[in-house]
Amino acid sequence: MSEFAIRAEALGKKFRLGERERYKALRDTLTWAAAAPIRALTRLASGRELFPRPEREEFWALTDASFEIARGEVVGLIGRNGAGKSTLLKILSRIIEPTTGRAFLRGRVGSLLEVGTGFHPELTGRENVYLNGAILGMKKREVRRKFDEIVGFAEVEQFIDTPVKQYSTGMHMRLAFAVAAQLETEILLVDEVLAVGDSTFQKKCIGRMDEVGREGRAVVFVSHSMTAITRLCPRAILLDRGRVIADGSAGEVTAAYLRSDLGTMAHRSWPDQATAPGDRVVRLRSVCVIAADGAASEATDIRCPITIEMAYDVLQPGYFPVPNFHLHNEEGICVFVTGDTDSAWRRRPKPVGHYVSRVTIPGNFLSEGTLIVDAAISTLDPVTVHAHEREAVAFNVFDSIDGDSVRGDYGGAVPGVVRPRLEWRTSLQEETAAKAEPPQGSQP
Amino acid sequence: MLANLRAKYFSCSDRYLISMAKKQIPHSDVLVIAPTRGLRLVDPFELWLWHELFVALIVRDVAVRYKQTAIGIAWVVVQPLATVAIFSFLLGKLGNVPTGGLPYPLFAFAAMVPWQVFSRALVEGSMSLAGNRSLITKVYFPRILMPAAAVFGGVVDFGINLVILLVMMMWFGVVPGWQILLTPALLALALLTSLGVALWLSALNVLYRDVQFVLPFLAQIWLFLTPVLYPASVIPEKWRLLYAMNPMVTVTESFRWAVLGGATAPEPLMLLVSTATVFIVLVSGMAYFRHVEREMGDRI
Repeated sequence: MSEFAIRAEALGKKFRLGERERYKALRDTLTWAAAAPIRALTRLASGRELFPRPEREEFWALTDASFEIARGEVVGLIGRNGAGKSTLLKILSRIIEPTTGRAFLRGRVGSLLEVGTGFHPELTGRENVYLNGAILGMKKREVRRKFDEIVGFAEVEQFIDTPVKQYSTGMHMRLAFAVAAQLETEILLVDEVLAVGDSTFQKKCIGRMDEVGREGRAVVFVSHSMTAITRLCPRAILLDRGRVIADGSAGEVTAAYLRSDLGTMAHRSWPDQATAPGDRVVRLRSVCVIAADGAASEATDIRCPITIEMAYDVLQPGYFPVPNFHLHNEEGICVFVTGDTDSAWRRRPKPVGHYVSRVTIPGNFLSEGTLIVDAAISTLDPVTVHAHEREAVAFNVFDSIDGDSVRGDYGGAVPGVVRPRLEWRTSLQEETAAKAEPPQGSQP
Repeated sequence: MLANLRAKYFSCSDRYLISMAKKQIPHSDVLVIAPTRGLRLVDPFELWLWHELFVALIVRDVAVRYKQTAIGIAWVVVQPLATVAIFSFLLGKLGNVPTGGLPYPLFAFAAMVPWQVFSRALVEGSMSLAGNRSLITKVYFPRILMPAAAVFGGVVDFGINLVILLVMMMWFGVVPGWQILLTPALLALALLTSLGVALWLSALNVLYRDVQFVLPFLAQIWLFLTPVLYPASVIPEKWRLLYAMNPMVTVTESFRWAVLGGATAPEPLMLLVSTATVFIVLVSGMAYFRHVEREMGDRI
């Protein structure tokens, strides 16, 4: 066995849910402390424990991840959103600290978790190349030596002394990737960099990644694109709910991933109630996108209705939990939010039990493209979010050119967040005699 | 029991070898990532590896400051000059400030020069982490570079204000003595003071965003607790040592003495108290910063 470049031994990362909410206001800590005597009194009065264990909800984003990656090996990391891929990459690039386990890295580590990190809009392209190089851990000498190559790769020669705030998104991305592509570290960690940019540039990036692998450096590459994974990586590791569940040849692992429930974006379930999204009041069981034919489906015709289903448990009586879905399009724009308005449960507490709530979105309403669904359960008065799973499921809406959808006989791109089919009526008010042929130039 | 001990021994020696390897042969090094516990101080070897980023961050901060503003460099000068002008006017009308025979504008501005460096470094340093959130959640580098670069970037402003001060001294016909050679040391003390406080506040600001609202208030109160617009001699003798626990008292008084001369030479005991305070704030600031650093990626 050749020398390892990365060795992970039982890496684990635990988040306390409170911590994931990022920073808090000092005020909250203070009021919590100030209210402590009152809490103690009410606890005494109700005969409960005076000092209960804090009700901290813990969540393991990564558990017991062990693997070894040899020098010169290019490994793809796959798994659905929230499987722990980013957490693992962040641990290996030392942005966050593991809770358990150890990892050994031989050689310099370069990480491209997001290209263009640290680009400052006011600075020129040239200044940003040097700054970004330093942020990625390159020496100034190194950047200077490769400067022309960087600028050439990014194709921004004429604009190199223009502030990057005047760059187009494409130029910005190209320049950022060009700097990162020059990183000569023994280990390279790459997270979904190729998801951006036009297809020509993507090809260029993939070509560059390929070179990097052949230069004998270890690369860990995270992507949702199975094509990119099988193309670039001989080996793949599949993560699910923070565990390594498959490790082997990229072809086999991606095939297994696509075959399993994990591969589909349309269905998501949490068999273990303790780790499911939610709190002591409600817990999600599953979220599923169901097409008109009644089967879970990732893709739907724009003309057909589609149903989103949420199964959940109500664990505490006396609450009015309202399930709701938030739909976003690929640009991250919220298309709409819909909450349960079923009159049968309006202002009626839900008894403890297992529930299924469904909502049907009519056909001829959504626009083409991928729709990402966040699933949440909240109660009103006071508004409390009890469960909130971002990107729980997703589905694609496609618009054929059969002529009876909104696009009609028009074959081009149709802008807009929604594409509702609306009632149009056209009536002839008065027929007039045809005029003589209009002069040339006024025709549409 | 024995096996246990042996395991412990081996893991220790293992770690020792790894750390040795890392220090001696940078290219065949093995980096160990593991949960850290206990007190950590700054690792000078690692900081040296990253010194180019430190320089690049300072260059960025300075360049951006002068690019974004319409009159750029003038802002550095306008603020202290305006403060001094207003106080010259007010105090000239209201009462006598014992300036030791120096013209009040010169007296005040001489102390304003190090003060300005300090207050700017304090504010920028404390905000530096929260203001660079995207960097901290995306790339690794020793986080301490962020407040440190923000603090040391103030040296440029210091240079500009120093030029203004020298012009004023020529105008008033004041010639500095040999003590002017002490100004770099005093500048260093001012920067270390603000670094110490900024380490505390920037780390606290990661956990509690209230800090950024307190900052302007803190800077203002601190100005009044520092002999910038008045001499330290107005503070009764018996309170002086307590007063000197504010290191900026020593910095501003000594700076004024160093450039303008005059009778108010710094008392050695006050100097000692101030230096000790800086040391305590700096070391505790580093320890606290490193403590918060391990969860910065999660919390910021």
